[in-house]
Amino acid sequence: MDQGFFLLFATVSVMTALAVVLARNPVHSALALMACFLQISAIFVLLEAPFLAVIQIFVYVGAIMVLFLFVIMMIDVREAVLQRFVPGGNLPALVLVALLGCEMVALVLWSDRFAVAEPAAMGDGDNIRQLSTTLFADYLLPFEVASVILLAALVGAIVLARKESG
Amino acid sequence: MVPLWWYILLGVVLFVIGAAGVLLRRNILVVLMSLELLLNSVNINFIAFGRYYHDFRGQIFAIFVIAITAAEVAVALGILVALVRNKSTLKVDDVTMMKG
Repeated sequence: MDQGFFLLFATVSVMTALAVVLARNPVHSALALMACFLQISAIFVLLEAPFLAVIQIFVYVGAIMVLFLFVIMMIDVREAVLQRFVPGGNLPALVLVALLGCEMVALVLWSDRFAVAEPAAMGDGDNIRQLSTTLFADYLLPFEVASVILLAALVGAIVLARKESG
Repeated sequence: MVPLWWYILLGVVLFVIGAAGVLLRRNILVVLMSLELLLNSVNINFIAFGRYYHDFRGQIFAIFVIAITAAEVAVALGILVALVRNKSTLKVDDVTMMKG
């Protein structure tokens, strides 16, 4: 049951990821990326991380992809549609990516560290409470730093995208 | 139950696809989207390891990755809008102002 669902979500996510890279129109790429994020959030649900799944949908599908679509709407992508994507256009990079993929697959299949079949018991289903206790007790300082980083990014994005330069 | 290496393999495949998008595509928008794909594949690995070794730090780290990604996308798209306004190009190869 779990395996069937995993295979379904993994297949669709890989196909949509390929569509992101191969599509000529950036709008099609953005929509495929949205579908890919939805599949990945379903995989988070399979991994018993429902909070992360909801965060994934809120932040990625709700905020980041809408931001992408707004920017695509603002700028003119017609010129970008015309240029072709040539898979053999950059041969060294293609070879490098293929080598990287082969190496990582070989390492994953060789090592017995990844052979864990049965996950550790997750306790009594009180995951989110434990997660929030860990986050706000042990990782409070990184949490605050992340909020400062978000504020800085907010100000930086407004300054960068302002009309007059200065 | 799904074995751990299935998740790792999915992360590897998504990472390679994203890296190919970053290295091979010349459109800045698609390069940024491929970057999102890379970060998501890493998140899958974090959460899978956290689940299988019963450690919440995987999920904590994934939360931080998502937060930093949101900041990164906001700044990157701001730079992109400024770039299109000033140079009116979307190709990575045309942006060589910092080359000296």
